[in-house]
Amino acid sequence: MPSARQSSLRWSWWNLLLLVPLLMLITPWFNSDEPRLLGLPFFYWYQFVWVPLGVLCVGIVYVKTKDQPTVTGKPDLLGVDDLDEGAK
Amino acid sequence: MQWTELVVFSALFLLVTVLGFVAARWKAGDTLDHLDEWGLGGRKFGSWITWFLVGGDLYTAYTFVAVPALVFGAGAMGFFALPYTVILYPIVFLPLVRMWSVSRVHGYVTPADFVRGRYGSHWLALLVAITGIVATMPYIALQLVGLEAVLRSMGLNGAGILGHAPLFIAFVILALYTYQSGLRAPALIAFVKDTLIYLVILVAVIYLPAKFGGWGAIFDSAQAKFDATPAKGDGILLNGNNQLQYATLALGSALALFLYPHSLTGILASRGRNVIKRNMVALPAYSLLLGLLAMLGFVAIIAGVKPITNEATGRPDTNTIVPELFGQEFPSWFAGVAFAAIGIGALVPAAIMSIAAANLWTRNIYKEYLKKDATPAQEAKQAKLASLVVKFGAVAFIVFIDPQFSIDLQLIGGVMILQTLPAVAIALYTRWFHVYGLIAGWVVGMGWGMWLLYGIPSADGKRPHFGGSALALDKLSLFGWHPFAGSTLQIYVGAVAVVANLLVAVLVTVVARRLRVFNGTDETQADDYHVDEDSPRVKPVAVH
Repeated sequence: MPSARQSSLRWSWWNLLLLVPLLMLITPWFNSDEPRLLGLPFFYWYQFVWVPLGVLCVGIVYVKTKDQPTVTGKPDLLGVDDLDEGAK
Repeated sequence: MQWTELVVFSALFLLVTVLGFVAARWKAGDTLDHLDEWGLGGRKFGSWITWFLVGGDLYTAYTFVAVPALVFGAGAMGFFALPYTVILYPIVFLPLVRMWSVSRVHGYVTPADFVRGRYGSHWLALLVAITGIVATMPYIALQLVGLEAVLRSMGLNGAGILGHAPLFIAFVILALYTYQSGLRAPALIAFVKDTLIYLVILVAVIYLPAKFGGWGAIFDSAQAKFDATPAKGDGILLNGNNQLQYATLALGSALALFLYPHSLTGILASRGRNVIKRNMVALPAYSLLLGLLAMLGFVAIIAGVKPITNEATGRPDTNTIVPELFGQEFPSWFAGVAFAAIGIGALVPAAIMSIAAANLWTRNIYKEYLKKDATPAQEAKQAKLASLVVKFGAVAFIVFIDPQFSIDLQLIGGVMILQTLPAVAIALYTRWFHVYGLIAGWVVGMGWGMWLLYGIPSADGKRPHFGGSALALDKLSLFGWHPFAGSTLQIYVGAVAVVANLLVAVLVTVVARRLRVFNGTDETQADDYHVDEDSPRVKPVAVH
């Protein structure tokens, strides 16, 4: 099988932020009328607050992972001696 | 007949018709006789165009009439559209850029193209293609439901076949400029559509609450109405039984949305990875809009809006409540603008969906089975013709068959498309699943999902089958065993079906790997998933 040639994943710890918006699926936390804001029951304005929070999470991941090289496989410029530190 | 509305509507409709035809020359490449050009607009849309295009594609006219209608009828449950479109972008942020890169390297146009390349199996690709086409068709038909709701609100509410004539005319025009200009037409029209929608909704959510004594009064009157109805599931808050349904429906819909071929079309048409990433940050602006719009369903309650009766079916059509609300509360000219926003809002997704379905047909059925040596020019020709067939098929659906059928089918479509999650989305990350496992999982998830939907009666008890997507856990049965007997909780059918799909896929994969069954050839390489626009490895666009 050719699938195990090399890992195709690039991991960054910032990616975990993308899981944060899933917290808004926990309905018991916000299924209530009070406190109201501008007349809106808590159920509604709480979920509206998640719109900018979601944007923030995705935005941070975008900015923080932007500088990572997206293409590997460039020629390896390190010489054998540089890699083999113990030889010196 | 409401003449002012009709004149404003027609003027704006004329404007987008001109745009649709002119679009063929907008940022034109060397040729339109290639799917990269006709079907993907030359794969070079930047951040702004992509924002309008994908926004116009995902937030459809049907969404804009059906979500407030659901809130009007059931209350809080209809608000699932907001969490759905908030969690959507974080979930798809990483997989979509991988999909873009691998498609750019290998010239994939459809999700089924990717599956074909990843697993070397035209059968698995065929399953994905058919699922995509079948799930998209009723979705196109529903755009017509949205368009027709507006036309009927303007007084074009004739009976019988003739009553559908305005809809038919609008669609012939749409079909012609999509045929000529391809994806560039909806991309250009989306600018008009989205500008109108933002304008209309912002005015409505500022003006209407002030008129009815603020949101507090609006929600109180809605609660009073829901208390008075015999139905148990409605109210301005969720109850003990439908919270799981709310969460699983939002999650399931978010996982499904970018498996739809038309969503992916907008992504593959973009220029590079950063365009997509920026859009994942910027697209929630539409979610905000959708949330505000959903609450207009409550405004319609306090305003005492009555859904008008569709003269073609003889039943009240709750999808008309938003158009009726605008017609009732705003001056005629502004109502005309609002109607045009919804009407044009139907054209953009209908065009993109028909292009996506046509691409699937051409790439994964026509070229795979009917004419293996088709040239790119022949592919483009075939796709153009297929887009016409798809659109007129959708019109026929609405005109000759009860529109309710399309609504049922769209409900089914969401569950169906979710069954391609392992073969399309998970395959972007790993090839661990065996091709036989994926096929077996698809069959089980699809079959069981359909069976469960078939057994759900509608909330008002009038229809015994396909009445909704909320399954009472009590009814869940595994070969006669009821693991949750007595539970009154409800869950989204799609979630149940996709879990079954994954379990079967894992089991069959383990067995197939034990027996060392050949798992197809992967033409993609690990690096393909990270290639960006400036890489020498991207495939040139539209080469013959």
